[in-house]
Amino acid sequence: MVSYVLKRLGIAVLVAVTVSLITFSMIYLSGDPAVALAGETATEEDIEQIRRYYGYDRPILVQYADWLFRAVQGDFGQSHYLKKPVGDVIFERLPTTMMLGLCALIFALTLSIPLGVLAAIRPNSLIDRVALTIAVVGQAMPSFWFALTMMLWFGIYWRLLPITGSASWANFVMPSIALGYYITPGVMRLTRAGMMEVLSADYIRTARAKGLRPITVLFKHALRNAIIPVVSLAAVQFGFMLGGSIVIETIFAINGLGFLAWESIQRADLPMMQAIVLVLSIFYIVLTFLADMLNAWLDPRIRVA
Amino acid sequence: MSERILEVSGLSVEIPVPSGLLHPVQDVSFHVDRGETLAIVGESGCGKSLTSLALMDLLPPKARRQARKLELEGRDLTSLGERQMSDLRGDRMSMIFQEPMTSLNPAYTIGDQLIEAMRRHRGVSVAEARDRAVWLLEKVGITAARGRLGQYPHQLSGGLRQRVMIAMALMCGPDLIIADEPTTALDVTIQAQILHLLADLQREFQTGLILITHDLGVVARVADRVAVMYAGQIVEEGSARDIFQAPTHPYTQGLLDCIPIPGKTARGAHLGSIPGIVPSLVGEMQGCHFADRCRHARGLCRAGAIGLREGAGQSHRYRCIQSLAEAAAHLIREPEAVG
Ligand SMILES: Nc1ncnc2c1ncn2[C@@H]1O[C@H](COP(=O)(O)OP(=O)(O)OP(=O)(O)O)[C@@H](O)[C@H]1O
Ligand SMILES: [Mg+2]
Repeated sequence: MVSYVLKRLGIAVLVAVTVSLITFSMIYLSGDPAVALAGETATEEDIEQIRRYYGYDRPILVQYADWLFRAVQGDFGQSHYLKKPVGDVIFERLPTTMMLGLCALIFALTLSIPLGVLAAIRPNSLIDRVALTIAVVGQAMPSFWFALTMMLWFGIYWRLLPITGSASWANFVMPSIALGYYITPGVMRLTRAGMMEVLSADYIRTARAKGLRPITVLFKHALRNAIIPVVSLAAVQFGFMLGGSIVIETIFAINGLGFLAWESIQRADLPMMQAIVLVLSIFYIVLTFLADMLNAWLDPRIRVA
Repeated sequence: MSERILEVSGLSVEIPVPSGLLHPVQDVSFHVDRGETLAIVGESGCGKSLTSLALMDLLPPKARRQARKLELEGRDLTSLGERQMSDLRGDRMSMIFQEPMTSLNPAYTIGDQLIEAMRRHRGVSVAEARDRAVWLLEKVGITAARGRLGQYPHQLSGGLRQRVMIAMALMCGPDLIIADEPTTALDVTIQAQILHLLADLQREFQTGLILITHDLGVVARVADRVAVMYAGQIVEEGSARDIFQAPTHPYTQGLLDCIPIPGKTARGAHLGSIPGIVPSLVGEMQGCHFADRCRHARGLCRAGAIGLREGAGQSHRYRCIQSLAEAAAHLIREPEAVG
C-alpha cells in the first residue's frame, strides 16, 4: 500500500510540475508580455521599464523558479486589472466554485449511480429505457442551453428559484443541476455496464448460494466491484466539470473562479488567468489522487500487492 | 432404512434460445441419503450444472424449472418462494463451484466471506463465526488458519481457494452439499487431495454429497451411487458397484471403455472412445437420445420416448430397450476383449 501511495503521489507531483511549466509559459504564448502590458501607445523606454519592473528581463528559468516559489506560497503577483494580489481574489472565489462543483458532483452521482444500478438489474425494462433516454438527452444537450432553459422555466415563468447570484443555497440548485447533468450520462452508463458484468460474475452466484439477502448481494458484493471504474471516471469527469463551471458560473453570475476566469479573459488579466488555470489544475490533480486512493481502498488487488 | 435428504423426481429445465426451446434437463429423478455420495457423471453439456443449479434455485433468469417432486428433508422446495429458498441456501444445502479463481469476491477477505452465511442464517456474533471459520479452515487442511482470515482471494493459490470454498460450504453444517466439478480447474496433483478431503469431510459430518464430475476414476473411489447423464437425461443410475461392474446402458459402457480402471483394464490396453456428437437439445426429441451414436441402435430405439427400467442390482435403473439378455451379453465381456 505504501509503495502504491508513493507511486501515485510521485505521479501527481510530476503532473503538477508539468502543469505549472505550461501555465508559466502562458505569459509568453501571446508574445512579449511587456509589450502587451505596456499598451499600444507605449514607447520603447516604457516597455523596457515595464520589463524590468515585472522582472521579464531575467533568464527564463530564474523567472520560472521565482514564480513557482511564490506560487506555492499563494503569491501569484498583482492583478493587472484589479490592482490587488491575485492570490487574495482567487482564495476569495475558490470556496464558491468548490461548493458548486461538490453540489454538482453529488447531484450527478445520486442520480446516475442508482439509475445505472436499476437499469442493470432490469435490462430493457422501463427504468432502463428511461435511464437511457436521460443519458442520450444529457449527452446531446449543450449545458449552456440546458441552463438557460431551466432559468426560463424555474426562474422566470414559475419563479421558484433565483436566477443569478450566489447569496443562498437556492442560488446553487440550478447551476449544480446544469453542471452535474453534464457528467450524468457517462457515469450512469459505466455503472450500468459494470453492474451487468459483475452481476453475472461467479462470486455473485456464490453469494446467492450462501442465501444472502438480495440487498446484500447487490450492494455489498456487486456494487463494490462495479463502482471501481466509476470512481476513476467520475474524477476525470469532474475535471471537465471544472471547465464547464466557467460557462455555468457566467450564465448564473455566480462569483466563483469560473466567472472570474471569464472576466479575466475579457480584461486580458494574464497573472489572474495563469493562477486560475494553476489552481484548477492542482484541484483536479488532488482529486484524481484521492480517486486513486479510494480505488485502492475498494480494490484490495491494488492495495495488497 | 437410512435417512432421505434429497428426493428429486421428474425435474426438467427449459431455456428459451433464439432457435427454439432448449431442454437441457429432462425428467431427471434421483435421491440422496444422509452420509451418501451420489456422483453425477456425463460429458460436457449434458446438463449436470443446470441440474444442480435447479436444485438450488439458482438457474439463469431465463431458465424455467419444473419438477414433480423436489424435497429437501421432506420439505417441498417447489412451493417455496425466493425468500424461503434463500433461508435454506447456504444453511441446509450449499454448493461448491467449479472455478475457485472466480468464485470468491476479490474485494473482501476470505474471513469476511466465510462468516457471511453463518451470520445470515444463525445470527451469531462475528467472533463466534470466526472461531468456526478457523476450526473449519484447519479441518480442510489450511495451516495458520486464523492469519488467513485477513487475506484476500488473490493472495491464495487455486487449491487453497477451493479449500476455502469447501470450508465455506460447511459453515452452517448443511445436510446436502453439491460440488459441481470442484477440481476441474485445479492442478492434477491437487485434484485428488481435494476430492479425498471432500469425501472425508462428508463422512465425518454425515452430509449428503452430490459430486459432479467427468472423472470416472474419482467416482470409482468415492461414490456410493452413480447417475450417468446423457443429453439432459439420466440414462443409468445405480450403486457404484452396479455401474462399474455391470454397466447396462451402451453409453455407460462406452464411458467406462474410455477410462482405465485400476485392476480391470489391462496395462497397455487400448482405450475406446464414443464416436459421433451429442444431439441438439432444442425442441422435442423422439426416442433414445443416444441412438445416433449407439452401435446397437435399432428402428425401435427411435420410435418413442424410452422410459427407465429396473436393472439387475438393487435400485439400479437404465434407459434402454435392449433386451436384458442382450445387455447381459455385454456384461460378460472379457476385460481383455475391450481392446
Ligand atoms: N444460460 C444458458 N442459456 C442457454 N443455454 C444454456 C445456458 N446454460 C447452459 N446452457 C446449455 O445447457 C446445456 C447443459 O449445460 P450444463 O452447464 O448443465 O452442462 P454440464 O453438464 O454442466 O457441462 P460441463 O461438464 O461442461 O460443465 C448445454 O448445452 C449448455 O450449452
Ligand atoms: Mg458444468
